[in-house]
Amino acid sequence: MQWISSAMAAIPLLEREAPAAERSGIRPKSGVAKGYGPDPDLMRKYKPGDLWPLTFSKDQRRLVIVLCDIIMPADKTSPSASMLGVHDFVDEWISSPYPAQKGDRNIILKGLSWLDEEAGRRNKANFISLNPKNQLAICQDLARKAKADSRRFPGSFFYRLRNLVAGGYYTTPAGMKDIGYLGNVPQAEWNGPPEEVLKKLNLPSQ
Amino acid sequence: MPIISPKQKQREYDVVIVGSGAGGGQMAYTLTMEGVKVLVLEAGRMFDPVSETAMFHTWDMAPLRGVATPDKQYGFYDASIESGWEIPGEPYTNASKDKLRQFVWWRQRMMGGRTNHWGRVSLRNGPYDFKTHSRQGVGFDWPISYDDLAPWYDKAEMLVGIFGDSEGIENSPDSSPGVLLPPPKFRAGELLARERAKKLGVSVVPVHRAILTKQQDAQRVPGKLHPGNKKAQRLLAANMRLRLKCFFATDCHRGCSIKAAFDSTSVYLTPALKTGNLDILPNAMALEVTLNKAGKAKGVTFIDKTTGTEQHVAGRVIVLAAGSQESVRLLLNSKSNRFPNGLANSSGKVGKYLTDSVASRVSGQIPALEALPLHNEDGVVGQQAYMPWWLAGQQQKLNFPGGYKALLVSGRKMPSLNTGKSFDRVSGGDGIPFGSKLKEDARRYHGSFQSIGAQGAMAANDDCYCELDPKVKDKWGIPVLRFHWKWSGDELRQVSHQQQAMTEILEAMGARFFRAPYVDEPEKAISQGGKIIHEVGGAIMGDNPEKSVTNQWGQTWDVPNLIIGDGATFPGTADKNPTLTIMALAYRAADHLAGELKKGNL
Repeated sequence: MQWISSAMAAIPLLEREAPAAERSGIRPKSGVAKGYGPDPDLMRKYKPGDLWPLTFSKDQRRLVIVLCDIIMPADKTSPSASMLGVHDFVDEWISSPYPAQKGDRNIILKGLSWLDEEAGRRNKANFISLNPKNQLAICQDLARKAKADSRRFPGSFFYRLRNLVAGGYYTTPAGMKDIGYLGNVPQAEWNGPPEEVLKKLNLPSQ
Repeated sequence: MPIISPKQKQREYDVVIVGSGAGGGQMAYTLTMEGVKVLVLEAGRMFDPVSETAMFHTWDMAPLRGVATPDKQYGFYDASIESGWEIPGEPYTNASKDKLRQFVWWRQRMMGGRTNHWGRVSLRNGPYDFKTHSRQGVGFDWPISYDDLAPWYDKAEMLVGIFGDSEGIENSPDSSPGVLLPPPKFRAGELLARERAKKLGVSVVPVHRAILTKQQDAQRVPGKLHPGNKKAQRLLAANMRLRLKCFFATDCHRGCSIKAAFDSTSVYLTPALKTGNLDILPNAMALEVTLNKAGKAKGVTFIDKTTGTEQHVAGRVIVLAAGSQESVRLLLNSKSNRFPNGLANSSGKVGKYLTDSVASRVSGQIPALEALPLHNEDGVVGQQAYMPWWLAGQQQKLNFPGGYKALLVSGRKMPSLNTGKSFDRVSGGDGIPFGSKLKEDARRYHGSFQSIGAQGAMAANDDCYCELDPKVKDKWGIPVLRFHWKWSGDELRQVSHQQQAMTEILEAMGARFFRAPYVDEPEKAISQGGKIIHEVGGAIMGDNPEKSVTNQWGQTWDVPNLIIGDGATFPGTADKNPTLTIMALAYRAADHLAGELKKGNL
């Protein structure tokens, strides 16, 4: 359970970095915000909260951080999702002014409440207070429900959250490295796959 | 002569071109190099591919991890601004409510047009593709043969810079020696496909794309393209030296700040401006082509989008290259006593015979490609290999006319937001994977999925056309297009064949599948009309003024100084992507026009 402790250690740091809109307690209603328009600055590096206000309360954010690290834990080779700020991406996503993300917003916010209710039903506590084993048990049940029917709540909640956390993770430089993507660097030449790859595939040299 | 505002425009130009993309850019290049004074009207803003292209940005730097939104419909970093299938205030309509009978229309409102937004696949039409009716009994023959256009394919390829190989495949022509740049090496999955497809009689060969795999030969090519024209040779050589070879990273759809990938701004308009013969007027939305009393085109009325005012510019010749259906719309909206049904429409054929690539896809997972030793597989990013239509010689044995090509991209690509859920289908266990299992699955399976996409020929038919909507207007008050679309049995039978054949190719690679191919339900597999963004036609060329809108040089039969310079003149879609043929036709049309202007014929 090393990953749980590393996730917990990461919380204070990440809260210090919480976007300005959240720190100031401003939480405008969804739908007020505008998108980035048809001619955005493509060169700028955007962070969650730069374009539209975020949604999560402190408690919700803390809960999503825990979920991030259950879904993408740290291990010997790579950090956890919360260490990469993926929970803030989830917040950015569910706070999006575009219609495609509205469904995720509703289901994820509903799911976060459901998690605490479920933890209450099972262990008379909120989710974040459960021990890692009990947290995992709820998530494993949700993962089974999601596999059986990814559209039916609460499996749909876990399915969508898992997609966002894992996709959010693999779109960071650390996540790309973990999945074995070695590109996006300029090269003088491209020589095709190395010999050991061809050998493994039983293919002749190019 | 430079980028101008409406106030700076000259009293009259030799040629006014509407549109700055593959067709308009090529014509502007060729004409200005020949000393013709040209104005290009572009509906969008200036766009600088060098300074506005986020080449190495990772998805975590983009809003929403860069997924497509209504504002950026092909993803955040796609080099498309103010563009998409739906543009606020600029609608179009469909006559049918049935999605299979609807057409979706991508518009690109920016300098360089759709050349900014393009995979750069650049294939020649083959000899059979120009004789569709004679060979297959459907659609139309073109008024030219492959041999008529071949010299301009060579010229366009040398100017643009295209990699590829000569394979001697029936109806997928080779280029002349020394024209193409060397193709990139195949990725592991592409080599596997090549090896395994052999037994099916399918060749996997290098695709042709407009990407410099080595710098162009600035010593040799300018002299070949501009014999006897020292100034043009000098300007082209200088521009070729500004273009670097590909550094084998980043998706061409983002644009190319080193100019290795072709776009109209970098390759056509930049040297054309240096001739001193070109003015470019951005933010100019063309409304109408105007006529003089003799019935010749005299200019273009446009809205200056920066002020909202209506303006007019005069030209001895008017070229429409606004992007097939946008050129058609301009013709239909240019009504006069002489042409009550739209300009150059005495045949009634303006808007008729829209065609598009017939496309479908099959995907699987290849166990042999799992957990391969890690290496950088970017290559030129995107397609490197394809399967040219392998049954061109046996077409009469099939139950559909026209073939298709199949494109594949393999390897560990840059992950996207969708990567997180992509392992569900291969991951064991009773729940969706998460935790350390998901991380292990991802390391093992990423890069082992293989998808093959087919794009095929479509012959012109009477059911696919556009007309002016009688009621709906855009925000400028211009009537909009209403589309009619219907796939014929020929297209649907072709898609059944695509589904079957692509499944067999993947099977030969050892694939696992997650659903049955749509062999018996092709309507479920076929891409909606317009989705592939290969639409052409609507002002087709021919050799009979009663059955076509233009002659072989894009000159409209009714108005000889009005020329269509984009894909609207295609009498049908081949199994090749349209852009290279748009460029070659525009090159040929511009050479012809320059000659006619010199002779005083226009």
